Amino acid sequence: MGMLDGKVALITGGSRGQGRAHAVTSAREGADVIIIGIAGQMATVPYPMATQDDLDETVKLVEAYDRRALAIKADVRSQHQLDQAVARGVAEFGKIDILIANAGIWTQAPFWELTDDQWEEMIGVNLTGVWKSAKAVAPHMIERGSGSIVITSSTNGWEAGLNYAHYVAAKHGVIGLMKNIALELAPHGIRCNSISPGAIKTPMTDHQGAWDMFAGHPAAAPSRT
Amino acid sequence: MGLLDGKVAFITGAARGQGRSHALTLAREGADIIAVDICRQAATVPYPMATPEDLASTVKQVEALDRRIIASEVDVRDLAALTAAVDDGVAQLGRLDIVLANAGISTPAPTLEMDEQVWDEMIEINLTGQWKTIRAAVPHIINGGRGGSVVITSSLAAIYANANTAHYSAAKAGLVMLMKVLAKELAPQSIRVNTIHPTTVATDMILNEPTYRLFRPDLEHPTRADFEVAARTLNKLPVAAVEPADISNAILYLVSDAGRYVTGITHVVDAGGQLG
Repeated sequence: MGMLDGKVALITGGSRGQGRAHAVTSAREGADVIIIGIAGQMATVPYPMATQDDLDETVKLVEAYDRRALAIKADVRSQHQLDQAVARGVAEFGKIDILIANAGIWTQAPFWELTDDQWEEMIGVNLTGVWKSAKAVAPHMIERGSGSIVITSSTNGWEAGLNYAHYVAAKHGVIGLMKNIALELAPHGIRCNSISPGAIKTPMTDHQGAWDMFAGHPAAAPSRT
Repeated sequence: MGLLDGKVAFITGAARGQGRSHALTLAREGADIIAVDICRQAATVPYPMATPEDLASTVKQVEALDRRIIASEVDVRDLAALTAAVDDGVAQLGRLDIVLANAGISTPAPTLEMDEQVWDEMIEINLTGQWKTIRAAVPHIINGGRGGSVVITSSLAAIYANANTAHYSAAKAGLVMLMKVLAKELAPQSIRVNTIHPTTVATDMILNEPTYRLFRPDLEHPTRADFEVAARTLNKLPVAAVEPADISNAILYLVSDAGRYVTGITHVVDAGGQLG
């Protein structure tokens, strides 16, 4: 008997990393899962982003718990793709109880050297993409009078981070967004919270640019612990 | 197989209300309990406080879960008595892993009219009493060398201002920095420290006429129903007061492995109250 028996969770950025862990944890506790992943590369992101293979692997891990998984290739910057994903999810599973708005990227540059593209891709995914994901599920949750939304912010939703002002701005921004969503949906019995992880070991943080930052110098070697 | 098998928790204010709920929740997950409560009236408190019978009932309920509990009547203002109680509990139960600094009073009064004694007793119990609890108990967790978890019961009042609660709110807010300093000091020993911030909880500390009058100053003899009308406006989710179990469940997350990297935080369980 799991904590999420009979529930359906929609997870963005579910192909690998934290999103995959959330999908697996949800499945372990009894939920069926809709997994959204971009399955593609963005121009300003220096590390390899998740692929279709990653998405398929998450599906396999969910099914290993004897739960159903619906994998959808979609970009959280597209309201149309998100709306379609929600419609497919509701058609398949009958409802959505949980949204984990987790999709995110991380890039670095001193704030005065960030390009327009770096800034816009960051805000587009890490802030606007969160609003669009919540917007996609809200009417359904309001109709049911039930639901819980968790937004992945960061410790950088509270603190500055050297050389990633755009990420910091977006992660601060989703905390404000979360509060508004919580305020606006509370009368409908729907909750919204954010979670603020520190440095989590995932492909988003396990690359040369990250190693150099953590080590405080270029050409750092990755940790072997 | 519980989340806290083999663990021992020290809980203050355990005779009834939130403290009893925490004792039962942790015991249900396998923990043995060291429990204390003042079990008598404090001078400035206008509602009936816990009794020895209340504490005895907590003991019976924990033992019905097949767990051990060492209970004694202790005032958290008495560091020597706290120390003796924890030392004795650890001697009998073998270890200490968790401290829940939960004991607290409520004495509503207008800030500029309250008696000195009202202010002083509030700070002594709701702020200093928590440091004394920690002072008496945490060395045992350190000696264990296995890490551990401390949760201090603060309040939504530490974040959101309500009239006539200046002393209570100052004490509850003071606990936040006590927690953060402690979290920093104890992190190298894998001891985590957090505060929990409930909104109105349906316990005897709240469900009494002095509290109803705090919430409904417009009425001479407000009832519980009158109180709930006002209490509901403090929250955003449609509820007047949460249950002690709602706080216990949040504490369970903080003291178990699910919260193994959570420290130094203010964990709010407020039905949206701080959204303003």
